[in-house]
Formats: sequence, C-alpha cells, structure tokens
Amino acid sequence: MDRMATRFAACKAQNRAALITFVTAGDPTPDATGNILDALVEGGADIIELGMPFTDPMADGPAIELANLRSLGAGTKTAHILAIATAFRARHPDVPLVLMGYANPMLVRGADWFAMQVKAAGIDGVICVDVPPEEDAEIGPALRDADIHLIRLATPTTDAVRLPAVLDGASGFLYQVAVAGITGKQQAAHATIEMALARLRPSTDLPIAVGFGVRGPEQAAAIGRIADGVIVGSAIVDIIGSHGGAAAPFVKDFVASLKDALVSAGSLGRAIGRENAA
Amino acid sequence: MTIVNSLRSQPDERGHFGAFGGRYVAETLMPLILELERVYKAAKVDQAFHDEFQHLLKHYVGRPNPLYYASRLTESVRAKAEPGKGARIYLKREELNHTGAHKINNCIGQILLARRMGKEKIIAETGAGQHGVATATVAALFGLKCTIFMGAKDVARQQPNVFRMKLLGAEVISVTSGSQTLKDAMNDALRHWVSNVHDTFYIIGTAAGPHPYPEMVRDFQSVIGTETRTQIVEAEGRLPDLLIAPVGGGSNAIGMFHPFLDDADVAMIGVEAAGEGLTGKHAASLAGGASGILHGNRTYLLQDEDGQITEAHSISAGLDYPGIGPEHSWLHEIGRVQYMPITDDEALASFQTLSSLEGIIPALESAHAIAAAEQVAPTMDADKIIVVNLSGRGDKDIFTVAAALGVEI
Repeated sequence: MDRMATRFAACKAQNRAALITFVTAGDPTPDATGNILDALVEGGADIIELGMPFTDPMADGPAIELANLRSLGAGTKTAHILAIATAFRARHPDVPLVLMGYANPMLVRGADWFAMQVKAAGIDGVICVDVPPEEDAEIGPALRDADIHLIRLATPTTDAVRLPAVLDGASGFLYQVAVAGITGKQQAAHATIEMALARLRPSTDLPIAVGFGVRGPEQAAAIGRIADGVIVGSAIVDIIGSHGGAAAPFVKDFVASLKDALVSAGSLGRAIGRENAA
Repeated sequence: MTIVNSLRSQPDERGHFGAFGGRYVAETLMPLILELERVYKAAKVDQAFHDEFQHLLKHYVGRPNPLYYASRLTESVRAKAEPGKGARIYLKREELNHTGAHKINNCIGQILLARRMGKEKIIAETGAGQHGVATATVAALFGLKCTIFMGAKDVARQQPNVFRMKLLGAEVISVTSGSQTLKDAMNDALRHWVSNVHDTFYIIGTAAGPHPYPEMVRDFQSVIGTETRTQIVEAEGRLPDLLIAPVGGGSNAIGMFHPFLDDADVAMIGVEAAGEGLTGKHAASLAGGASGILHGNRTYLLQDEDGQITEAHSISAGLDYPGIGPEHSWLHEIGRVQYMPITDDEALASFQTLSSLEGIIPALESAHAIAAAEQVAPTMDADKIIVVNLSGRGDKDIFTVAAALGVEI
C-alpha cells in the first residue's frame, strides 16, 4: 500500500479524519520551510500539502496569494521546492506529501520532466488547480506513469453529469471544495458539506477530504465527523504571514489544536453518512 | 459545405487552435464554461440572435464605420520611398464606433449571451479602460449591475476612462496585487467570478481566456474584417495586399484577419508592443515569450525558466499584457500571420504623425500599427494596398503622451 492509502487507513483505524495541512514552499524563505514542515508534523498533521508558488494564483484568496509573493520575493525557484521536498522525505519517511500549484510552473519543462522530479523528490501526489479533466492529457498520463497520485477537486458546482469525468483518473483522495470560491474566504454551511459528501460517497471509494474556508478547530471537528480528511491552509499561512521566520512554534501549536479537535470529534457521523448513502 | 483545410475552421471541438487554446480553469468554473459553450453554439445558429446583434451594431454602435484612404499618410510614406514604391494605406475606422474603439462589438455580443443565460451581474477586466467603458456601456443599456476590475497602475494612468465607467454606473475596483496592471485585473476578475458563478457573467475583452471565449470574441469582432472585405472591393475592386493590426490580447487583429485567413494573397502583420525594446521591458509575447498556460488558455507568455509570469511593459496600457490570444499563437507558429514588434518611441512618433497628417488622434495601441505601416509601406510597390485597423481613438491616451513628450496639461 502506498503512503497515502496507509495513512488514511491508519486514521480510519483510529476512528478520526485525517488532518491535511497546507503551506507554501519558500514562505517566508526557502530556508525556513523545512522547520515549518517539521512543525506541521510535530503538531500532528497526517498529510502535508506543499504549495508551489506562482506569480498569478487566481484560484487563491489574499492569504495564499501573499504567501506566494513572499516566497517568490525571497527568490524561491523550482529547484528549491524540489530540494525542500527531498529533505522532508529523508526526515519523515512515512508522511504523505502532496504538491499543489498551477499548471505553468509545473509544465514549463514538460510533464515528463515534472513527473520524474516529483517522483525523485519523494512527493506522493499532485494537485494542479487549473488543469480540469478536459485537459488531463497535459499532466495526467505523465503522473500516472510515474505512480504519482493526481488529486482532483470536486466543487459545489460539480453536478451529477460532470462527476464521472472528475473521478476518471483521480487517485489518492478526492478534494471536496467546500465553497464555490477562492481559498481562505467564506465558510460553507455545514449542511451544504454534508449534502456534497452524501452525493459523492456512492460514486467513489477514494477517501474524501474537505477544504476551502476551514479556519479553526471547531469547524475542523464538525467536518471531521463526516469526512475522511480535513484540509486547513489559509489559517496556517496567515500565522506564517504574521510571524515570518519565527512561525514554526506557533504553527505547531495551531496544528496541535486542530488535531486534538479531530481526535475528540471521532467519526460517528461519517459512518452515518455512509449508511445514508448506501 | 465544410471547406477542407480552411484556416477559419479552428478551434477544434475542445477549443484548441493547434497546440494552443483549451480550457485551463479551476473546477468550480468548468460547469459554467461548458454551459456558456452550449448557449453560444445555440446562439450561433439562431437567426434572432444574429438579427439583434446586427441591429445593435448598426443603430447603437454606428456600423458600418468607414474605410478611409489616408492620402496624406500615403504621400508622406512615398516621400521617403524609392520611386515607384510606397503602398496605398487605408484605415479601418473602428475608432469611430460608439465608445471609441472596437471593444464595443464584442461587448454587444456577450451581453446578449448574458441575457440568454439569465445572468444579472456583469464583470470585466480592463487595461486601458476601453473594454471597461464598453462593458459599462452595454450593462447600462440593458440595466445590469456592472463591476470592472482594473489594475491600480492603469487606474492612475487612465483617469478619464475610470470616470466614464463610473458615470455609466459601473463600480471600478482598483486591483493592487502583482504588477497592478491588466493581468492582475484578470486574476481578480476570475477570483470574483469563481465566487459568484450563479448570477455573474464575465465579459472577457480580448480573444483569450478559456474556450469558448477566444472563438466567441473572434466571431463578434469578425465584423471588422467582413466589412473591410466589402469596402475595399468597393474602393479598389480587389482584396488588399496586406492587413496590419495591433496585438495585445489581439481581439481587433483577429477580428480583422479572420475573414481573410483563407485568402493566400492577403498578407497580415500583427503588431506587438516592444516597449523599451526586446532586450528590455516589453510586452511582445510572441517575439520574446514561450508557450505556457495562464488565464484559462495555452498560449505564448512572457515567463522565466521556472514558468513564473514576468511583467509586461508598454506605454500603451491596452497592450501591457504578458500573453496573447491562442489563435494568434497558432497563426504565428504556422506562419500565416507575421508578428512585428514596435517600440514605445516608434508608436509615440506615429501617434503624432497620424494626428498631424490626417487629423485623426489614434489610440496608442493603434499607433503601433501605424508605425508598422510606415515601416513596411515604403518597401512595397505603389500599386499595393495596405489596410490598417485603427482600433481606437487616442483621447484616453493624451495624458500618457503628454507626459512622455514632457508637456504639462
């Protein structure tokens, strides 16, 4: 079993949702990212999403946009990001690592080059925000050839007609975007997320993780009761924005508070969700 | 009957022009974009839609606008040319359209689609402000709420257009992220759209963005080339030898070129903004860029070796964009259209030349095309015909030009 599946299975065995945390590589500097990633793991993150900075992150809100600009302003290059991932893999052999970003920096040297580098760096999965299933040929085949998960996003606008296209070729986990919008802004109504999950469950065996607008422990716990994973990004990135190079301990404390909430919440509702779906 | 091997049959059913175009957007937008494609396909074969579009073009926009023989500009070119040289230069007068540029053609088409889709709110991005003004105009015409995203740098250098948009009832949002120009305005417009997909229609101003926008904008702007064909045959009894149009995203150029693409004897030059020169700050994505993915399409982009988008520069806010429409990228690669860089200084000189010789103050975008004509015409025989697309008028640019010339107004 691969790292990702192993981790989701372990969380399930502990009767809780997986905690997936996001930070931008190179924010605030390439050198500082290693400590921040370690803080995520020490705080209890199950899976790490590493943002690949881009000059034009048009699916992201102000928090992550600023993180991208801080990182690029500090001189972060693709080579740094791959080095950060390689070093992380050496320190944390079992923690799944997902690279999230936009098509242009990923594909500028070709999809095969990208897949090869991602594989060599020990990255387990890729989320490419602006490559929908219709353009899968750009990146999907190269990643699948390299046994890298291509993680797809389902959104509130993904209807029943479209869902099979989204699921075709998706692996690792399914990223359910909680709100029709950009990262870090609005919070979705809990009922909306429940409905989305109930709709998805019968269509896929992939673990389903919910992200966008998850800001704190209470909300994470509520989602954790019904989803297989909870993704928190902008709230962590904001802490890095405030504390810069000294952010690691603050990040660790915040992540620990999210983890505690998920552990306490358990996953009773998730079982109910499955029954309803069945 | 379908014409085999026609250069006019692009894009394919997936929105690709050769290796370019496509749909590269966040999943949230995909269902809406697919719906827009369905609605546009239906509108294309609906006579009522065409009738309403044509009616508005005639009675509201003021089409057809003239094709004008620029005799004094032609004479000035011939004065510098060898005997027997110096092509006749015609100007397609898009600057005489309501709101002063070609942008209104496309906005009329798209607002009719927005109404068909039942959308209540309109958003748009703008650089120089011409597309923003045109969008605010059609939104006012149909009583729809309108929000325009404009880079803070462009807001500062295009104050008259900002005021116009506000008079027309639009809200103008000054975008302070990134380089604070057109690309950042487009990023923020996309962010707003993704958060308001249920009730909002995004009127993209150039022949770029996710499919079907490049095709749709081209089709609406093709009225320029279609009229030019009729008018030049009336005036000269034949097709022109060369078409010249400025290219930022390239909507006016593709609108002029497209009806002529299958006419092998008609040459075409798209004029890119070379800014301070191709080795310095510029906005020439074909001459100085590489294939990449931004704003929903694969096309030529100004970018570094890591795929980060680099800042464009042009004295013309309307050309200050690091990309170009995907159909232009394809026409460039297959060699059907030649793309030529013109610098800020060359455009500034031609801005003054056309104003003083013909009594027409061109937009700085259009001044790039005039500069190209002034360079190419003397190399052509005197019986050859050039048509330059005068895409917009220069009222909006007088402050920029005055500053560049060191004049205080």
